[in-house]
Amino acid sequence: MNISMMPAAVINGLMFGAIYALVALGLTLIYGVLHIINFAHGAMLMLALYATFYLFKFAGIDPYVALIFVVPGSYVFGYSIYRWGIGKLSHGKDQNILLITLGLSIVFENAAQFFFSADQQTINLSYSYESIDLGFVFLSLPKVISFFASLVICLLLWVLMATTDLGKAIRAVAKERKGARLVGINVENIFAITYGIGIACLGAAGCLLLPSFYVDPFTGNIFVIIAFTIVVLGGMGSIVGALVGGFIIGVTESLGGLFLGESLGQIGISLIFILILVFRPTGLFGAKQ
Amino acid sequence: MSKKVTKSGVSRRKFVAGTAAGAAALATSNLGFPHIARAADPVKIGLIHPATGFLAYPGGQLRYGCQMAINDINKAGGIKSLGGAMIEAMLGDSQTKPQIGAAEVEKMNEAGVHAITGCYQSAVGLAATAAAAKYGIPFSIDVGVSDKLVTRGLTNVFRMADGYGRIAKDAAANLGAINKAAGSPAKTVVIVHEESEFGSGTARLMNKLLGEQGLTVAETIKHANPTRNFDNVALRIKAMKADIVMPINYPGEYVLLARTLRQQKVDFLASYSVLGGGFNFKFVNDLPEVAENMIDVNHWYDPRSAAGQALRKRVEADGKFFTFEVYLAYNSIRFLADGFERAGSTDHAKVNAALAASTIDPLFMPYGPTKMVNGQNVGSRAVAIQAQKGDVQVISPAEIASAKPVFPRPKA
Amino acid sequence: MNALQNKTTLLVVAGLVASALVPVVIVNKFYIDILTLILFSAFLGQSWNILGGYAGQFSFGGVIFFGTGAYASSILLTTFGIPPLIGIFAAIAAGALTGAFIGFISFRYGLRGSYFALITLAFSEVFRTIANSVEFTGGGVGIFIKHAPGLANLQFIHPAGYYYMALGMVIISLAIAWWLERSRFGAQLIAIRENEDAAEALGVDAFKCKMYAIMITGAMGGAAGTFYAQKYLYIDPPISYSIGTSVEMLLVTIVGGMGTIFGPLIGAFVLHIVNEVARHFIDTPGLSLIVYGVILIAIIGYLPNGLIGLFKRRKKPDKETSDA
Repeated sequence: MNISMMPAAVINGLMFGAIYALVALGLTLIYGVLHIINFAHGAMLMLALYATFYLFKFAGIDPYVALIFVVPGSYVFGYSIYRWGIGKLSHGKDQNILLITLGLSIVFENAAQFFFSADQQTINLSYSYESIDLGFVFLSLPKVISFFASLVICLLLWVLMATTDLGKAIRAVAKERKGARLVGINVENIFAITYGIGIACLGAAGCLLLPSFYVDPFTGNIFVIIAFTIVVLGGMGSIVGALVGGFIIGVTESLGGLFLGESLGQIGISLIFILILVFRPTGLFGAKQ
Repeated sequence: MSKKVTKSGVSRRKFVAGTAAGAAALATSNLGFPHIARAADPVKIGLIHPATGFLAYPGGQLRYGCQMAINDINKAGGIKSLGGAMIEAMLGDSQTKPQIGAAEVEKMNEAGVHAITGCYQSAVGLAATAAAAKYGIPFSIDVGVSDKLVTRGLTNVFRMADGYGRIAKDAAANLGAINKAAGSPAKTVVIVHEESEFGSGTARLMNKLLGEQGLTVAETIKHANPTRNFDNVALRIKAMKADIVMPINYPGEYVLLARTLRQQKVDFLASYSVLGGGFNFKFVNDLPEVAENMIDVNHWYDPRSAAGQALRKRVEADGKFFTFEVYLAYNSIRFLADGFERAGSTDHAKVNAALAASTIDPLFMPYGPTKMVNGQNVGSRAVAIQAQKGDVQVISPAEIASAKPVFPRPKA
Repeated sequence: MNALQNKTTLLVVAGLVASALVPVVIVNKFYIDILTLILFSAFLGQSWNILGGYAGQFSFGGVIFFGTGAYASSILLTTFGIPPLIGIFAAIAAGALTGAFIGFISFRYGLRGSYFALITLAFSEVFRTIANSVEFTGGGVGIFIKHAPGLANLQFIHPAGYYYMALGMVIISLAIAWWLERSRFGAQLIAIRENEDAAEALGVDAFKCKMYAIMITGAMGGAAGTFYAQKYLYIDPPISYSIGTSVEMLLVTIVGGMGTIFGPLIGAFVLHIVNEVARHFIDTPGLSLIVYGVILIAIIGYLPNGLIGLFKRRKKPDKETSDA
C-alpha cells in the first residue's frame, strides 16, 4: 500500500513545498545578504496571515487578490523595521541582531494575542473544497493556485535579482560588503531594502498559505524550522535554491511520513539538514562565502 | 475584573471593605464567630492557566469561566458559612511551562491562597499540584486529562471531570451503542493521534477498548505536534477504506485534518473523535460544512438543562464561544466554594476533607451528583456529541441525548 | 594581588555569604523559588557561555544536553532504581558524551558560525523526534518520577533545598568560568573566538579545544537536566528538547554579557525580574510580555556588550581586564 501511494505523496510534497519555498525565500535573502538569522521570521509570517485574514473578513477580499495589498505593505513594514529598528539598535553585532529579532518576535506574538485574541482563525472560500482529480490523488484547488502563484513570485524575484540594478547591488553587497561600499553602494540602504523584500516574500507566503491553513498568534514558528532547513539546503542567498530546496523538503516530509509514520517521519527533514551541513554546507546552489 | 495581589495578600482597600462588610454580616448572621474582625476576610482562590503562549485561547476561556463563577457566587452572597466572605481571584499565568506553574503556586501560597484551580496542561497540573501538596492547598483540576493527576495519592487534589482513562471507556461504549443502533455498519477504525501523552495515552486505551465493541483498529497513525500538512494521512485513510476515522489531537491539527479529509474527498461512515481538541461551537460556526455530522466524545454540558442553556446565552452574549473550558472551570469554582461552605473554614485540611465528601450537583452537566473517590469524581462522564445543522447535540448515551445520532453520515 | 583584585575577592566572598543566607533571611518561599529559577537559568546560561561566549561557537542546541541528562538520570531511576544523587553523574557523563558526538560531527567538518548554530538546531529536532518514538524514553508519554523527598533522590520538601542545590551548581559554574579566564585553555578558546584561522596558525589545536569546550557545556547541561527532573517530576520530549530552552540559555548570557564570568547570572537575574515585575503590574495577558520584549530590545540596543557593560566603567583597550 505504501509504495502505491508514492506518486500521490510526491505530488502533495511538491505542492506544499512551494509554500515552504516562499517562506524560505525571505529567509535566504535576509541571511544571504545581511548574514543575520531572522528570529522574527515566524512572527512576521503570522502578521501576514492575520493581514490576509482581516482583509478577507472585513473587506471580503480574496486572499489571492489580497496579494496586491499585503506584499507591498509587508515590504514597507520590513523596510521600516530594519531601517529604524534593527539597523539602528544592533551596532553591527550579529548576536545582538539575533536577540533584537527575538525581542521583536515576542512583541509581535503577544501584541497579536492582545489585539486579535488568541483564537485560531480560518477562512472559508467558496472554492476551498474544490479539487482537481488526477485519478490517484485529489489536488485541492487553493493548494494548486498557491503552487503556481509561488512559482510566479519566485520567478519575479529571480528576475529582479538577476536583471535590475537593484538586484545587482544586492548581490554585490551579499558577496563583498566592503567592496560594495567602496564602489558607492549605500550598504545600509541595501540592507533595509533586502530585509523589506524578505518580509514581502513572507507577505506573499501568508496570502497563499491561509486558505490551506489557519492562523493564531503563535502559528508562525512552525514554518520557521522548515524554512531554515530549506535555506541551508538550497544555499544561503540563492532564490533557485530556496525553490528547489522547498520542493525537496516538501517531498522528503511527505515520503518520510509515508514510510516512517508522520511522527518519526519528521526526522527525515532534520537528517537532511545535518547531512547537507556536513557534506555541502554551502547548499545545492549556494556560492562559496 | 482582576484583582491585584500585594505582598501581604490583601490590599488595604479590600481589608477595610472586608472589615466593614464583616461587621455588617456579623450583625445579621446567626453564627457566633469568636473573631469579629476576621468574619468576612475574602476567600482567595488561585487560577493557574496558560494565559499567554500557544494555549492562550483555552487558557483565556478557563479564566473567563472561573471569573464568571466567582462573580455569580459573590453576587449571591459569597460563602455564607464564613460570614458572607467574598471570593477573590488570584490570577496566575503558567505560560505553558510546568516550572512557572509550580512557581505560581509558591507565589499564591505566600499570599495566603485558600484553594487553587488549574491548569489545562497535564504537565503543568502535575507540577503545580505537587507544589501545592507540600502545603496541603486544596487543588481542583478544572481541565487536565492525564490520570496521573489523581493517582499519586495526594489528598489535596481533586478533579470534577473525567480523565482520559474514563473518557476512553465512555467513547468506546458510546461508539458501540451508536453503531449497534444503526445495525452495526462500521467494522474498522483508523486512529489518528498526536504524539504526546494525551494522544498516545488515549490511543493506547482505545486500541484495547474498541475490540470489546466489535470494532477492529485498522491502523493507528501517530503524527507530530505540530503538523503542517495532513495530505498523506488523508491518502492513507482513503486507501485503507476504514469505516470510522478517530482523531485524538489538539485544535489546530483537528481542524486541519478535518478540512483535508473533505478536500481529498475521503469516504468514511463517521468521524468519531475522542477529546477532539478542535470540536466546539467555534468550529461548528466557522466551518459548518466540514463540521456537519462529525462526532466527538468530550466533556459537554447538558443542552436540555435550563441552567445550561442560560449559561450558554450569557457566554455568547459576552461575545465568547461556549467551549467546555468555560463550564468546566465554572463548576470547578462551584466545587471549591461548596467545599468552603460545608467546611465553614478556610483551613486546608478541613476544606480538603469537605471536598472529598462533596456531593455537589454539577447543575448543567449531563450526569448526577458528585462522588469523590481518591480525588476523582466518579459520577462524571463524557458524552458523545455531534454537529447537526450548525448546532451541537448530545447523541449518546440515549437516556440523556438531545437528538438522535446521524450515523452513518449521509453520502456527500 | 592588586587593589582591584582585593576588592573583587571581597565582593565575591560577600556575595557567597549573602547568597547562602538568602533562605534564612527571606522566608517567602515564592521568592526562594524564583531565585532558584534564576540560578537554574544562570547555570544553563553559563554552560552555553563556555562554548558560545568564550569559544565563540554559537549553539542553538543547548537544550540537547539538558534533555539527555534529564532522561539519563530519570531512566536510571525509574527503570533501574538508581538514585539521582548517583544518577546526576551519569547525566553529566551523558551530556558530555552528547557534546562530544555533536561536536565531532560539527567541528570535524569545519562548521562555523551560523552553520554550526543551525546544525545544533537540527540535532535538537532529531533528538526530540527520536525521544518521541522510542520506548525506553517513554515515547510521547514521557517519564513520571515518584515524589519521594530525600537527599538521595535530590528531592527537597522545602524550596530552600533546591535553592542551595542550584546555588551550588551556579558557584561551580562561576568557578569554571573563573578558571577558564585564567587558564591557557581559556586563552586558546578566546583566540579561537577572535580568529580561528589565526589561532590555528599560532599552533592552537582548534578542533581539540572546541571539543573540550562543548563537552564542558554538555556536562553542565546534563547536570541541569537532572535538577529539573527531580524538581518537577515529569519530563517528556517537548520539555527535554524544545528550542525554547536553548534560546533562553543564549538570551540570558548575551543580555548579561557573553564571555564574562557573571554575564549569565546578571542576565538571568535582570530578565526574570523584569518579567515578574511586568506581570505583577500588568494583569492583561500578553501585555506584560510586550513590555518584556521592548525592554529586551532596549537593553540590547543601548548596551551592545550586554548588561555587564554597566559595570565596566573604565575599560582598558586590550582584553586583559579581569572582570571577576
